[in-house]
Amino acid sequence: MIDSPPALSARGITKRFGRTVALDSATLEVRQGTFHALLGENGAGKTTLMRLAFGMIRSDAGELRVGGVLRHWRSSADAIAAGVGMVHQHFMLIPAMTVAENVALGTRGFLSAFDRRAAADRVTRLGSETGLVLDPDARVADLSVGAQQRLEIVKALARDARLLILDEPTAVLSPLEAHELYSWLRRFVDRSHTVVLITHKLREALAVADDITVLRRGKTVLSNTARDLNEHQVVGALLGGTALDEPRPVEPADTRRRNRGAVVASLSRVSAADAAGVTRLRDVTLEVRAGEILGVAGVEGAGQHQLIRVLAGRQRPVSGSVALPARVGFVPEDRLRDALITSMTLTENLALKEAGTRRGRMPWAELRSRTTAVLRNGEINALGPETAVDTLSGGNQQKFVLGRELEGAPELLVAENPVRGLDIRAAAQVLESLRLARAAGVAIVMHSADLDELLVVADRIVVCFGGRVIAVAADPQSVARALVGAL
Amino acid sequence: MTIDAFSAFLEASVRTATPLAYAALGEVVVERAGVINIGLEGVIIAGAFGALVASASGGVGAGFAGAILAGVILAASFSFFVVVMRVDQIITGTAVSMLGLGLTGTLYRLVYSSGSATLHTPTAGPLIVPALSQIPVVGKALFAQPASTYALYVIVPALAWWMFRTTAGLALRAVGESPSAAAAAGISPARVRTWAILFGGAMGGASGGTLVLSQVGTFAEGMSAGRGFIAIAIVVLGRWTPLGVAGSALLFGAASALQYLSQAMGWDVPYQASLVLPYLLTLVALAGAGARSAAPAALGET
Amino acid sequence: MTMRATGRLVPPAAIAVGVFATLVLVVVGGGFDLGAALSAFWRGSVGSPYALLSATLVRATPLILVGLAVASAFRAGVLNIGAEGQLLAGATAAVAVGLAGPTWPGAILLPAELLAGIAAGAAWAGVAAFLKRSFGVLEVISTLMLNFIAVQGVSYLVRGPLQEPTHVYPQTSALAPVARLPMLIPGHRVHLGLLVALALALVLRWVSGATAAGFRVRLVGASPSAAVMGGQVKVKRVVFRVFLASGAMAGLGGATVTTGQTYALFEDVSSGLGYTAIAVALLARLDPLAVIGTGIFFGALEAGAAAMQRDAGVPSVFVAILEALVVLGVLAMGFSRRASAVASTGIE
Repeated sequence: MIDSPPALSARGITKRFGRTVALDSATLEVRQGTFHALLGENGAGKTTLMRLAFGMIRSDAGELRVGGVLRHWRSSADAIAAGVGMVHQHFMLIPAMTVAENVALGTRGFLSAFDRRAAADRVTRLGSETGLVLDPDARVADLSVGAQQRLEIVKALARDARLLILDEPTAVLSPLEAHELYSWLRRFVDRSHTVVLITHKLREALAVADDITVLRRGKTVLSNTARDLNEHQVVGALLGGTALDEPRPVEPADTRRRNRGAVVASLSRVSAADAAGVTRLRDVTLEVRAGEILGVAGVEGAGQHQLIRVLAGRQRPVSGSVALPARVGFVPEDRLRDALITSMTLTENLALKEAGTRRGRMPWAELRSRTTAVLRNGEINALGPETAVDTLSGGNQQKFVLGRELEGAPELLVAENPVRGLDIRAAAQVLESLRLARAAGVAIVMHSADLDELLVVADRIVVCFGGRVIAVAADPQSVARALVGAL
Repeated sequence: MTIDAFSAFLEASVRTATPLAYAALGEVVVERAGVINIGLEGVIIAGAFGALVASASGGVGAGFAGAILAGVILAASFSFFVVVMRVDQIITGTAVSMLGLGLTGTLYRLVYSSGSATLHTPTAGPLIVPALSQIPVVGKALFAQPASTYALYVIVPALAWWMFRTTAGLALRAVGESPSAAAAAGISPARVRTWAILFGGAMGGASGGTLVLSQVGTFAEGMSAGRGFIAIAIVVLGRWTPLGVAGSALLFGAASALQYLSQAMGWDVPYQASLVLPYLLTLVALAGAGARSAAPAALGET
Repeated sequence: MTMRATGRLVPPAAIAVGVFATLVLVVVGGGFDLGAALSAFWRGSVGSPYALLSATLVRATPLILVGLAVASAFRAGVLNIGAEGQLLAGATAAVAVGLAGPTWPGAILLPAELLAGIAAGAAWAGVAAFLKRSFGVLEVISTLMLNFIAVQGVSYLVRGPLQEPTHVYPQTSALAPVARLPMLIPGHRVHLGLLVALALALVLRWVSGATAAGFRVRLVGASPSAAVMGGQVKVKRVVFRVFLASGAMAGLGGATVTTGQTYALFEDVSSGLGYTAIAVALLARLDPLAVIGTGIFFGALEAGAAAMQRDAGVPSVFVAILEALVVLGVLAMGFSRRASAVASTGIE
């Protein structure tokens, strides 16, 4: 197999969405006939890269070769025709249609009769060949998640995919189903096909894959055969823990614990689900105290998204009880969608915070001066309270959001990836603001996908894994192990 | 109630239902692709005007061709704004309806001067099928209609077959359910929607054509009389299937024809009640359990 | 769908040029005398005090009121295209009250009529709002259906229970003088309704800018996600209330038509007002004060077109084309930015 060209070769791929750089000269070389794992944290760019490889989007720079041939896909149809199949993380299925209909989707012909029998036979045949058994006439909406997963794969196989890309396939599978899937993928590869597995579950990846590539912030940071790598190195590349091996200087315990006081918020046996109804938190009990920063770590889908929102009072749990203080501040991850209205002024965005409960007239003069104060205290570079938010840089926008949330003297502040996408200076300023708030007695819960910043700031760490929330010692090794479920 | 009265009522029902069915069958394809075309009203009146203009020189056949062409042109403008420019479907549709009504009204006045003398177009009268039309009760209703109604007897099952039994119909429905899933399977939602809208334009134009050429025999401003909006209601009530739409169109036709029946029977029912019935039916159908679940999942999304 | 009032009006020059060009095209294309047509248009719309006060402003009054109704709804993302039915409900209720109480003093009767109009319009919108909230029915279709039901309702009433005593004409009796909105200037037909419309525009502007409730509506219209996550606003409740308020305003507009303009109810009393109001609202970019301007603009257009038809024989129905082109033009200009924003997220 060494002589044949790589099944997939992406070189120097750059892709921007507006101001965000999703991929920055990323590379990926997938050898023919291998099982290749593409690892990376949320936002690292792995899904973007594979969507590019599947023709769903186009790159701004770089070359893509499949089977050694330079490709310029115009759409997924071209990729499919070239033998590339993709199993998407968020299933691209039509719930109202049957299994057979979903499989037949995309085949050509205007008046060619959709032979229900033939399609059903195809599904059955593929089922017996591959072991991915499905009822052709079942409605997709009625299928279990594992069965829908199988259908996504069968769809790709039905189009004769020789290079199969799977995006986080085990995110919604039980351990047994995941095991079955990996066994099947292994057999698929052994029959001279190629598999690219996008995942953040590095243990699984190391166990099943031949080769590993790690993406971080849009760049390729590691690429090697699995045999030559250990968990430690991969975690380091994944999370950017540059000094994982060095003992981290820890702040003296007394300065950290000085104002740590009463319980400010608590969760008691809380279960919560995501928008699709899948349970992400199971029976979680947690306390947050004044004057501490509670760091929440977790890989994507482990439940911290729901945990954050329940603590911020933005989501009601399915069961259990939540006790929150009167004033809660919230800094969400997607500030442009959830925290700010870019077409409005800074003053109006400050007023946004209390908009749900305010009565009577809007005290604009008072709001303007409060906004001016926030701008001054946060050293935010803006022309004044009446400027529109979209004139601010990302860093200044985030500092404004944080300043706004802290300005109301909340007892609890919940922040989600607060320094994501910020330049170093802005990030440092944001973290400093959090430290100051802690010193003033505010209880802070902060989630970050970056282990570095979490360990620097947090007093306590909890890790979300499989719907549970586990307290861990605040050292890198413990956290890393808990993240992958090794604790 | 006499057999004759009932039979006449059925005949009127089918006759009234015909233009509604044409428009609604076009709209069901459009909505199955995920688009609501509120501009259908404009398309129908454009078709009626196109029939008027074209039939003057070429008779009934040319008239229908002109009707279809006019409908397609207006639908193309809707398609440009909605598919290419990604503008809101509802407001665009409203504007297209206004445009259609305004354009046809203006052109009619300009071209046919004062508009006081009624124009007469060639009409296609009923084609009476020899033996079948003698069947008691339903014979006349089904087999003593103009050719455009008979065409529906073929179009409806053909459309039903195409939509649910061909790969292209599958692609159409997929786009209306989940454009991203369709795109992932290699289908172009933009292209499918464009074709669907143009087809809707052709059928809407044909609807206007039947009004002029198979029924009234003349053109009057605003003669579409809200049929475009009724067609949308018919699609909802018919649960987005061609057969359902055909039946629902018949129901609406019957509701309108009810006024004649009640007059003949001497019932003391205000005729507005029978005109209102279809709209009330629609509201009930919309609110009914499962009504939303029958709609294409991505309907109305930009 | 969210609509944002960006605060900047579509360049009036562009609109004026477009309107003028279409007008000239129609007139010349139809073989009419351009000079006569244009002077008739001018004289009929703004060229004389009579035209201004009795034609343009009279037509503008309901256009402003219903335009405010539509703009308010669109601002919150509610696609209320049922203004036609809501204003008919208001028109009917006002007349019914006016006919029922000819012996009441004007100071009681007039407010009663307008209040009845408000209540009826709100109730009519309430049906669609309720269906939306409880059954998820698309308000676009439900309000459309309700438009048609309202039209038939009026038809039935003016030929039945509310018909004038001789039972000859499909209309109600004329309102007694005490039930009519007083004229503002003797000899001209502009009436109190105009002041009501101007007052409403000012009130709405004030509410939108100065009150918490108005602020919430703006938030919901600009970004429902930020309103919920950032402001913890109860979006569903805001939407429902705005829907009712929109109906109420449209009902008020309808009430002014029958109590200030026509003094009776008959079929086609509104002649498509509810749809023109959409153009009025969009051209004003949903800003209440701008609606005053666009309402007068469309009032002038219609008055001028009517005069052009009367004096020069040019069919006035071409105004519908203008209105449609205005809407399409506003859409094309305003939303081309949105389309590119969608494209840049990388989703096809």
